[in-house]
Amino acid sequence: MAYSSEDLATMDSIIKRYPRSRSAIMPLLHFVQSRIGFVNGEGIELIAQLLTLEAAEVSAVATFYTQYKRTPVGEYHVGVCTNTLCAVMGGDAIFEGLKEHLGVENDGVTSDGKVSLEHIECNAACDYAPVVMANWEFYDNQTVESAKDLVDSMRSGNPKPPTRGPDTLVTWKEVSAVLAGINDGKANEGLQAGAPTLLGLKISKEGK
Amino acid sequence: MTKLVPVLSEHWDEKDSFTIEAYTRHGGYKASQKALAMDPDAVIQLVKDSGLRGRGGAGFPTGMKWGFIPQGDNKEHYLVVNADESEPGTCKDTPLMMANPHVLIEGCIIAAHAIRAKHAFIYIRGEVTHVVRRVNQAIEDAYKAGHLGKGIEIVLHVGAGAYICGEETALLDSLEGFRGQPRLRPPFPAIAGLYAMPTVVNNVESIASVPAIILNGAEWYQSMGTEKSKGTTLYSLSGHVKNPGQFEAPLGITLRELLELAGGIREGHRLKFWTPGGSSTPIFTDEHLDIPLDYEGVAAAGSMLGTKALQIFDETTSIIRAVLRWTEFYKHESCGKCTPCREGTWWLVQILRDLDAGIGTEEDLNKLLDICDNIAGRSFCALADGAVAPIISSLKYFRQEYLDQLANKGPLFDPMDSTLFVSAKAGA
Repeated sequence: MAYSSEDLATMDSIIKRYPRSRSAIMPLLHFVQSRIGFVNGEGIELIAQLLTLEAAEVSAVATFYTQYKRTPVGEYHVGVCTNTLCAVMGGDAIFEGLKEHLGVENDGVTSDGKVSLEHIECNAACDYAPVVMANWEFYDNQTVESAKDLVDSMRSGNPKPPTRGPDTLVTWKEVSAVLAGINDGKANEGLQAGAPTLLGLKISKEGK
Repeated sequence: MTKLVPVLSEHWDEKDSFTIEAYTRHGGYKASQKALAMDPDAVIQLVKDSGLRGRGGAGFPTGMKWGFIPQGDNKEHYLVVNADESEPGTCKDTPLMMANPHVLIEGCIIAAHAIRAKHAFIYIRGEVTHVVRRVNQAIEDAYKAGHLGKGIEIVLHVGAGAYICGEETALLDSLEGFRGQPRLRPPFPAIAGLYAMPTVVNNVESIASVPAIILNGAEWYQSMGTEKSKGTTLYSLSGHVKNPGQFEAPLGITLRELLELAGGIREGHRLKFWTPGGSSTPIFTDEHLDIPLDYEGVAAAGSMLGTKALQIFDETTSIIRAVLRWTEFYKHESCGKCTPCREGTWWLVQILRDLDAGIGTEEDLNKLLDICDNIAGRSFCALADGAVAPIISSLKYFRQEYLDQLANKGPLFDPMDSTLFVSAKAGA
């Protein structure tokens, strides 16, 4: 059993957030990823048991959403935005550069298990294009070179911090716990806003 | 004088703007105090009078939406905040929640009171971890300060990567623990929403606009904007502009004015096409620089204000490559429930991939339009309508480029020319 009694208590508290227990499927799937690294059969069985559902019902939900992984990803999961705007601004070149640099294809994982790579859709940071996400933290205004440096820093065990996020990049499993709604105490770290976010405000204060 | 009027963004430049201390320092939670002392119907009336319209894309009057909730029905009512910001180009709710999550919490308290809901849910997309942290912390701090837990509960719900969950009924299915697939309407969420109970679904920016309206009054809000589009809003400029970013202005500002603030198109280039409100809104060109960016102005010119996500592309960008990429996105994000969307977007991608490689005939352009005609309006939700918008509008303005590419039997543009790296090199 991969789950401690403390884990089970956490899962129970997640279920209790909702007026109806089935609503807890998504955070519970994030929680399974925080313990196992991906959604495996045991995790699906456990959620089904906790929510009195069939495993097929949980599986149907798990397979609909792209953030739930059915096979292990890297300790650092890197997503390169290749939706139109980021792609045009350089995202396509970054993605190609990273594939070559890491020797993996889309959805691939490096042999040391450190980095996995995926092309992603618009991540709501277009004024910081081209955007790279790592464990769903923002790495803004990337170039091919800066993205290669970023994945190198991950493979050497000392990942560069996000540009808008906590002071250090935490692991995939740790981030999955945050997405399950568990507070990791890092909300106050990092910038409140980057320069593009503040541009209009700055201009208006300067009275231009 | 600048046309910018920061209301939502007023204190974003303070380092601790996301904390409850900073929010309270600037009068935070006074609006909810005032609203909770008012009759719920009076709150709804005030928001109706303000003219606030939904900032998530459709522009439906917020107060009217609240007014649709049946009263005295002895049912649970729910407030659901759509924070699943995923429309390509849209990047306003994410920085808002990162810089000032408490204004959203306070807006929820007011809205929940108005619609007589005890529970509110904030559904945030799962790909923005730090935003999740900030909102989660804000909820905790609001409980500690006693703003929550006395009649109004807020639950944070994190998505898991599905654009379709930004569609309000798909969002509700997702929140109920199902695959995120849209529902047939009617019934609308106001009658049968979350758990089949009366539910209001509002966008982040709409809800975040409410506290200032309560404090400053409907007349103040009415004094900004245009005849039918009141107040201020966040315009997000991205792409080939010198200085991309967020610009909060009264509704009705034009792209020409915004471009001036953003330093213009990047050096040595000119505007080719742009989206007024995300990729689902038909594109515009340099003919449309002076259109007032309000709900009516953009609609009259054949597009939609949408999320005010102004994605700017210069003359180095292939329209076919841009449209293909958006179409691949819609194909990937189609939930598969409705056949025209599921199958149609797949075929659109096949044809556009060929056209992007310069393969095909003029007949393929007509086939694209025919397929679009069989998708739009024939599915449960607006994803299908959004999917055809870039194709139809690009053929309206750039049909010749499609033909030139076919005559060329290959791409007319080098993708490297449109990247930022090129201009960085040129400038170095």
